[in-house]
Amino acid sequence: MPANLNFSFADPREAKNIILTCAAWVIALAAAVPLLSVLYMLVSTGGARLGLELFTELPPAGFEMGGGFGNAIVGTLVMVCLASAISIPLGILAAVYLVEIAPDGRTTQVTRFVAKVLTGFPSILAGVFVYAAVVVAMNSYSALAGGLALAVLMLPTMVLTSAEAMAMVPRKIKDAALGMGCTHSQMIIKVVLPTAAPGILTGVMLAVARVSGESAPLLFTALFSNYWFNSLGQPTASLSILIYNFSSMPFDNQIELAWTASLVLVLIVLLFNVLSRLVGRPKV
Amino acid sequence: MATESRPNPADSQTVSRPPSALEHLWDRCFQALTHVAAWAILVLLAYILWKIGAKAAPAIGSYRLGFLTDSIWDAQAGRFGLLPEIWGTLYSSLLALIIAGFFGLTVAIFLTQDFLPPRLAMVFRTVIEMLAAIPSVVFGLWGIFVVIPEIRPLAEWLHLHAGWMPIFGTSFNGPGMLPATIVLAIMVLPTITAISQDALQAIPYRTKEAAYGLGATRWEAILKVLLPTAAGGIFSALVLGFGRALGETMALAMLIGNSNQISLSLFSPGDTLASLLASHFPEAGPVEVGALMYAALVLLFITLMVNVLGNALLALTQRRISGVS
Repeated sequence: MPANLNFSFADPREAKNIILTCAAWVIALAAAVPLLSVLYMLVSTGGARLGLELFTELPPAGFEMGGGFGNAIVGTLVMVCLASAISIPLGILAAVYLVEIAPDGRTTQVTRFVAKVLTGFPSILAGVFVYAAVVVAMNSYSALAGGLALAVLMLPTMVLTSAEAMAMVPRKIKDAALGMGCTHSQMIIKVVLPTAAPGILTGVMLAVARVSGESAPLLFTALFSNYWFNSLGQPTASLSILIYNFSSMPFDNQIELAWTASLVLVLIVLLFNVLSRLVGRPKV
Repeated sequence: MATESRPNPADSQTVSRPPSALEHLWDRCFQALTHVAAWAILVLLAYILWKIGAKAAPAIGSYRLGFLTDSIWDAQAGRFGLLPEIWGTLYSSLLALIIAGFFGLTVAIFLTQDFLPPRLAMVFRTVIEMLAAIPSVVFGLWGIFVVIPEIRPLAEWLHLHAGWMPIFGTSFNGPGMLPATIVLAIMVLPTITAISQDALQAIPYRTKEAAYGLGATRWEAILKVLLPTAAGGIFSALVLGFGRALGETMALAMLIGNSNQISLSLFSPGDTLASLLASHFPEAGPVEVGALMYAALVLLFITLMVNVLGNALLALTQRRISGVS
């Protein structure tokens, strides 16, 4: 039996192997520390203020005590819904083109690549773009502009995840539908989309989760408001901008509210993340 | 799942028939609609470039390329320069990339090379993925109230005892390059881990078996066989992580100190292109908005280049790996 099959700590190769394994454990565990610290701070500092008045009251001014951020939650929901209403249908239609209509076309290749590049598009530039295109034209900051900026960020994710989900639909099912005399679009609407629905929903949930936490694109499109949401054409509050504004204030009350708002925001984002896992799980 | 169409008694006799003229028309319309949607994405990118470019045009005309090398930002005097922001963006992103690359790659190895039982690996993977779900502002808040106080003693000690080194050359007063870089590294970690994991998993299993069969230890197999094989994918993970770091805004705007200076010191405040936009845009007058649009164009250009490079590399290596196996 060759000697090097015997395990020995003295063997430099073995020793190196063990040291590296220990190092990998330490580094990997260290990588998990920030998340635990963030969650701990959210629950301990933010959880302390959790109560019903947060959802029904307006943000406090200067030295005021108490208060809540009901208007910011409403604002975030309104803008995320607006962004979804624009980017989900558009994204799915574009994905249909990429996967079903012209899978090998030049347009498809370019669009796919552009969508991939756009997923790494800095979110603040979506804000700059919408500022230049919408805010300047309307001469006012508005929920509409905020929603559009979020839609720009959602669209590429929607296209790519829907395309991936549709690509998983087996060829046989599609051929069967065509063989029964379906037109191409009937096959897509009645067979491909329902089959790919769980995958598409996963993408929707992930895209919604991503944009609900976004703040950079809202900074100078939706701005902020201390009042309840009343129209799409007005500046509108959002949770993320509230956190940003309050974090730099010298008042303890505002800082505590910033932590609580962070907790609520993270819960919303995680909710959509968990939903994406649940709907996407293949049913056996 | 809706894969099987439910039998409908009404059309059980006429299951199969050719499509009617109306259905053909609808088919045409639907296909055209999807074509338009696909084009909308290309048009969107072009429109973004054109719109920001048009708004930046006056500023480009008056400041030209000197904008990139001037280091003064003074809205009153109408003098604008971007050098400190370009420096800050590249410096913070590179530092963050070094930290996140080291941790991210180790975690990717840890998760793919059977260090943990599959179930535990799944849990750990979820923990890392959850990092990506935490919004940027929340990281900023955490940075202000946790990271800065935590690193203060160490930073002060380093400045006192190693202050002769330029990277510790200034005293630590809270917001600055170091806390910004640490938080930035945490934020790009999930991107780098995810893409590196894909690259490591794409290696055919027999490659690893062959290395073990030749008597390699686990780490010899990882360092000498698996990492070189996955090098292309890992490199594109780093490039895409870098792209993400360049454009990251809110956490940096909250942590970097927004000060217009160039310094090698980790403790001195600085500024990045994205945080310049975030902090100056809301109160900018028309002249400054022009300059900021120019800055946005510079950021757009840099990130597009990096992302195009990263995605092209990824496509290239994926094609090569799948060609081999």
